Amino acid sequence: MINNILINYKTVNDNKSLVLTISGDFLIDNLETLSFQEVIKKIESLPNLVDVSFDLVELQEWDSSILTFLNHIKLYCLSHNIAFIKDSLPKGVERVLNLAEAVPERKGVRKTEAQSSFFADIGDRAVKFTTSAKDMLDFIGEVTVAFTRLIFGRYKIRGSILMPIIRECSVGALPIVSLISCLVGLILAFVGAVQLVMFGAQIYVASLVGIAMIRVMGAVMAGVIMAGRTGAAFAAQLGTMQVNEEIDALKTLGISPVEFLVVPRVLALSIIMPMLCVYADLMGVLGGMIVGIFLLDLNFMEYYNMTRDSVSLNSFWIGVFQSFVFGVLVALAGCLRGMQCKRSASAVGEAATSAVVTAIVSIVVATAIITVLCNVLGI
Amino acid sequence: MDKKAHITVENLTMAYGSVVVQQNLDFTVNKGDIFIIMGGSGCGKSTLLKHLVGLQKPANGDIIYNVLSKNSSLEQKSSQKEINFWSATEKEQRLLMKNFGILYQSGALWSSMTLAENIALPLEAYTNLSASQIMELASLKLALVGLAGFEGYYPSEISGGMRKRAALARAMALDPDFLFFDEPSAGLDPVSARLLDDLILELKESFGSTIVVVTHELASIFAIGTNSVFLDPVTKTMIANGNPKELLESSKDERVINFLTRGEGRL
Repeated sequence: MINNILINYKTVNDNKSLVLTISGDFLIDNLETLSFQEVIKKIESLPNLVDVSFDLVELQEWDSSILTFLNHIKLYCLSHNIAFIKDSLPKGVERVLNLAEAVPERKGVRKTEAQSSFFADIGDRAVKFTTSAKDMLDFIGEVTVAFTRLIFGRYKIRGSILMPIIRECSVGALPIVSLISCLVGLILAFVGAVQLVMFGAQIYVASLVGIAMIRVMGAVMAGVIMAGRTGAAFAAQLGTMQVNEEIDALKTLGISPVEFLVVPRVLALSIIMPMLCVYADLMGVLGGMIVGIFLLDLNFMEYYNMTRDSVSLNSFWIGVFQSFVFGVLVALAGCLRGMQCKRSASAVGEAATSAVVTAIVSIVVATAIITVLCNVLGI
Repeated sequence: MDKKAHITVENLTMAYGSVVVQQNLDFTVNKGDIFIIMGGSGCGKSTLLKHLVGLQKPANGDIIYNVLSKNSSLEQKSSQKEINFWSATEKEQRLLMKNFGILYQSGALWSSMTLAENIALPLEAYTNLSASQIMELASLKLALVGLAGFEGYYPSEISGGMRKRAALARAMALDPDFLFFDEPSAGLDPVSARLLDDLILELKESFGSTIVVVTHELASIFAIGTNSVFLDPVTKTMIANGNPKELLESSKDERVINFLTRGEGRL
């Protein structure tokens, strides 16, 4: 049973001295029943006040919440030239209060949010953008140099390093790639069928799904999935290595982290992505076929032949080339963010998030560029 | 043994951007020393170590290493060479890195590799030994630190103390002339910390490496240190240099005495 805090006010000496008599249990659990404002108001109502003292004889239990209360009153007294008499406090309370005052607040340690102006903010961001663009270019340059050194046989990548990465980003990704591409094929077929059925041209669903999947969507879907799956994983792996000083340990051994960690990852993903893309193409066409056969009453051979006729080999190669580009981009984005990771656990999470964002943005930009280029070149 | 300068630090200034961490550092680490870098938290001990191992470029000043280059193929005689890491050629830098063994604070074992592979990597990078020879050497190094039989374990599967010892084995993989330890006993219980100290002493006796240790464990400082430098975070420079035991007896600096006696003053 906790007793409420009771405060009695007693004035002596023609309203010059105020004695606060506190009784009950002054605990953090019933602190909310006491309003500091009311006490301050009471003090304010006595204009001739010279000192404030306390009578805590009736006080039963107390904890550090009484200190905040006393401190509150003390600060008020200080700013209004009223003496705060602490002799009357119990020894324990006085001792702890003295402890809190023992080290005066250091000037300038309080963090103040600097209000920067709108224009300064824009300037800051512009500067940050250029430095981050420069970091990115630096990184791409380093990777290029490392690849050139690899091609000229200056160092070798061991299979024991490359194979686990390949395994991790290939077989493991198959189920989700199957599901997503199949569904995308299905969706494309549905959306197309609604329009095409009106003209009695259901059979063109096969062309629609075939061209869309094989030329663009297969590669893009595989790219986006790998950005979320493998790009983030790369960033987290390298970020954790950064946190654990493992990357420093490589550097001080004279082993370039780019050659040892980044190049195998870029290589692995650029090998695997075209294969995943072909697989995604197949699954997408399968999705379209399900709609074609079961909803549009098309014959299997009919659908197959229509797909084969309408999809040119060019479309296929464009899709495969795109997926190769995406593989490089996703791996680079993941490794870049991982290498930039700061030395804390939360930074690893940020690195993974930012890797996914960077990878997906670069996939979309690359798709746009490749599409425009193909258009210009008339492929 | 005659005292020969192994690492010479001249007028070193360390800074992150425009924030100076320490300045005007001048000291010499002699061959065979166990050199302690000490000082309160946040005074730049680890930063100094990063400079000594070539991870960070000095803002000003030089760090010069005296390295024995064992160029067996061309000249039969090995020659003493003075190398400044940041102005050295790539070949000289590699020679230096080969001679650095570093024990990081967290161990920093490569988590995707087994203990044996961790120790094998430096050997693969700098020697032309066959795979079986390398594995034999790796097993030997693990046995030296009391981890025989743990070759196939991954760093995440062993305890913190074992990880420290495995990291020590990796640092010694190439029998380096310079060993750098960043807080070797941090996170270890007193007995393990003491055993690690003994191990460090024994290694020094057996291999004659020069050892640089960052630590603020007083017990370790007095047990193994033969020379030291004391960094002060307020004045941003070194305020003492010498054998820690002698510093305790003869230093007149209040801050050094306070540190070495846990704030209790000289008895």
